[in-house]
Amino acid sequence: MKEIRIHGRGGQGSVTAAELLAIAAFEDGLYSQAFPSFGVERRGAPVMAFVRLSDHTIRLRSQIYDPDYVIVQDSTLIEAVDVAGGLKAEGMIIVNTEHRPEDLDLETDAEVRTIDATKIALNIIGKPIMNTVMLGAFAGASGEVTADSIKNAVRNRFPGTVGKKNADAVQDAYDRVVGS
Amino acid sequence: MTGKLESGRKVVEGSYAVAHAAAMCRPDVISAYPITPQTHIVEDLSQFVADGAIDSKYVNVESEFSALSALVGSSAAGARTYSATTSQGLALMHEVLFNAAGMRLPIVMTIVNRSMSAPINIWNDHQDSMAQRDTGWIQLYIEDAQELVDTTVQAYMIGEDPDVSLPVMVCMDGFILSHVFEPVDLLDQEAVDKFLPRFTPVRALDPKNPESFGMFVDPEYYMEFRYLVEQAMDASRPKIEDAARKFKSAFGRYYGGLIDTYETDGAEIILVAMGSLIGTLRDVVDDLRSKGVPVGLLKIRAFRPFPIDEIKKVIADAKVVVVLDKNISLGTGEGAVTTEIKAGLHNTDINVPVLGFVVGIGGRDIPVTTVQRIVEKAKDVARGGTVSAGASEFVDVKHDLISC
Repeated sequence: MKEIRIHGRGGQGSVTAAELLAIAAFEDGLYSQAFPSFGVERRGAPVMAFVRLSDHTIRLRSQIYDPDYVIVQDSTLIEAVDVAGGLKAEGMIIVNTEHRPEDLDLETDAEVRTIDATKIALNIIGKPIMNTVMLGAFAGASGEVTADSIKNAVRNRFPGTVGKKNADAVQDAYDRVVGS
Repeated sequence: MTGKLESGRKVVEGSYAVAHAAAMCRPDVISAYPITPQTHIVEDLSQFVADGAIDSKYVNVESEFSALSALVGSSAAGARTYSATTSQGLALMHEVLFNAAGMRLPIVMTIVNRSMSAPINIWNDHQDSMAQRDTGWIQLYIEDAQELVDTTVQAYMIGEDPDVSLPVMVCMDGFILSHVFEPVDLLDQEAVDKFLPRFTPVRALDPKNPESFGMFVDPEYYMEFRYLVEQAMDASRPKIEDAARKFKSAFGRYYGGLIDTYETDGAEIILVAMGSLIGTLRDVVDDLRSKGVPVGLLKIRAFRPFPIDEIKKVIADAKVVVVLDKNISLGTGEGAVTTEIKAGLHNTDINVPVLGFVVGIGGRDIPVTTVQRIVEKAKDVARGGTVSAGASEFVDVKHDLISC
């Protein structure tokens, strides 16, 4: 089983990202489970969402304490929240930032990847909503899900132009991460 | 969107799964008042009605008291009825809950389990429905989204059985199951129609054949009505088992009848719990069994009627029983499940120690490590360690917070 913790701020679509990841992984043939941290969500406040992926039925219902992957949608959270807390040494943390991994103040033995997802979102979607971009980056960096399934999940959730632009942004992020 | 709802296996939210299952049961009347974390269920159902996907009459009301009252009236008129609520909303229904059961109306209601105020808290424990355990409603506690779908259908079959004719609460853990996205087989309308017959009320309001429900009854007659409700509860035991078995032969899925067991053969330590915690406990049991620890799991699926005979059979040969309660019966020092199991063993020849633990109150997370610590304590007792006769242990209580 692979466990993923998504950190974001209220309004950045962290819970939606978790749901889309679960739907995409299911399309790839995996069992999946996504749930929010159940906070009283307010715009801008730190939020978490969780995803489990497995070859077998997922029965565990606790929150995720030792994730295999961490996705950070907003790098200003690094100062406020222990985003790398419990992250497995052989795991990976993916941060939305314009900085390089070595410039981030993260206490972890895990691999650190960065992507300027906000810039990609602004360029392709036209809004600084980067949750789907981060899923493309996750697909590329982890190989746990396919970009195609992420794009299908995104297009089903957001019909029309919005879905298409988001799917393009997913592919762009995927290509950058795989190519880097 | 119009026309029929999509069926088949997909990743959906637990709330959508239960709304879809309720819709497949073709309720004639739905009435509910939105309250966190039940809201998504009734939003989805009202959307289905607005889209013309289902034919139900959706009655908007100003409170939970009125929501259930509307269903009492419509159920007495012969309608199949559905509602969902939680916590303070369920408390506001308290008086009507007795009426629905006393009038023998097979209303089905999803309880999205949440803590009770004060202090106000929107997260999961079982205090809300446990506080309604003497109202005469059958109570089923659910482990995952699929069981929720399947049990919603079974609930109508059980409650509407002429030998039972009682309302049913299907209890699901708030947020943990209501807001989870996971794979679910959404039922097909034709298959549900074939499985679940149309509701034929034992008695219904009919101007041509006038009858009364819930009349004024003096001491000469009242006690007999209460006795009949208890008899109906008793009659529901085999019906709950039958519904689960019939569902298995029709749809291939089974979650236990009154109870379910997991790895209980030869188990010296038996964990007992209800609801979504069962999934976590199954993982813990597998892990401990792989390390040679003889531990098993007993899931209480029906809390009302309370399946003490079935429980006794499973725990008779164990060395220790560990009960994990997501509720506190204030003034007894323990959770209600612990109390009821202890009471059920009294005056029998079963002399197994019962350890009570109060867990997960107000949404306090229950990690695997917490369960492992509880099992360590049970191991001591299984090896012959002393058992305190007293209260349940409140697990993961922050004593530093209390003393400051």
